[in-house]
Amino acid sequence: MLNRTAENVARATPEPLARKVRGISDKGLAWLFISPTILLLLAINIFPLFWAIYLSFTNYRANRPNEVVKNLGFANYQRILGDKDIWIAMQTTAHFVFWTILLQTLIGFTLAWLIDRKFRGHAFWTTLILVPMMLSPAVVGNFWRFLYEPQIGLFAYAISFVTGIPPTNIQMLSNVSLAPWSIIIVDTWMWTPYVMLICLAGLRSIPEYIYEAAEVDRASNWRQFWSITLPMALPFIMLAVLFRGIENFKMFDMVNLLTGGGPGSTTEVASITLKRQAFESWRTGYSSAFAIILFVAVFGLANIYVKALNKVKQR
Amino acid sequence: MSMTSPQKHKSRWPVWARRGLMENIATVLIALGFLMLFQPFALSLYTYSFITMLAGTVMFIIVSKFPE
Repeated sequence: MLNRTAENVARATPEPLARKVRGISDKGLAWLFISPTILLLLAINIFPLFWAIYLSFTNYRANRPNEVVKNLGFANYQRILGDKDIWIAMQTTAHFVFWTILLQTLIGFTLAWLIDRKFRGHAFWTTLILVPMMLSPAVVGNFWRFLYEPQIGLFAYAISFVTGIPPTNIQMLSNVSLAPWSIIIVDTWMWTPYVMLICLAGLRSIPEYIYEAAEVDRASNWRQFWSITLPMALPFIMLAVLFRGIENFKMFDMVNLLTGGGPGSTTEVASITLKRQAFESWRTGYSSAFAIILFVAVFGLANIYVKALNKVKQR
Repeated sequence: MSMTSPQKHKSRWPVWARRGLMENIATVLIALGFLMLFQPFALSLYTYSFITMLAGTVMFIIVSKFPE
């Protein structure tokens, strides 16, 4: 009965379509399935990149779409690479990236190591530690603004309680030397759980029998940490550093919400300068060139990093 | 019965252009360009950082396809 139905369906199917479907190879079928994804990727990732490269050689302004677009050659790149203000913005970015990555890696790994001890209630503490990472940067930026308030902010009161300095004197967001650190503190608070999670995955992947063998050899806890824990968790730590490094080079939301690049230009990281050039001065071609410079920097560094990661994994 | 030793397949690829060495040179170029871009000492170093980094990155992409 079932066979007869199948035969009827086969007979009812138009011949050319049936031949076409039968004729598709496995490879062809695989291409058929992945082609929508590839097309989407080309449309939203690759095309804008090549468009930005094209715009970086022009004087195009997005607020004047009807103006004739002139080809400037490498003039935009020459201007950016000779601009002292952008050079300072790059240094601010480097300062921000260095300290956030250092603090997040140190605190994140320490937390992961402590959580891995599996003490009573460790699941509860893991969940609690992960909360900042789940919040929206807009929410985090706004409530840290309140925390940093010299009049009513809890942060100023806590520092005042410890140091004895009056809370009104602790102006984290408007003080030239404290403003960069206020952003570093918030970013570290928000993204340390992410580093902790990756490190925890690394620590949990170390087989227990290695520690048992070390115990038999009477290796001290310190020795076990340096010879087993750290080398085996290193690929994971490096991965966390890579992800956070790429993200922090593009850091925009937190800086924009907390200080907006100020006071003066002390917290003006590269992405803030880029936004100002693109959407306040409307120098689209110029800002495209700047974006390409940042892209090459991150892409080049990621290449080195992946090479180093592969070497560590092969050990 | 003659014993023939297995002959090693010799690549025509020049030794100096092997992947390992060329990748290392590209890595040094990228790292140098990166440091030049973010250093606070000389504007002239910053000016030439992008071209150094770009050369290193393009070289890295090309030489990573070379034989070992």
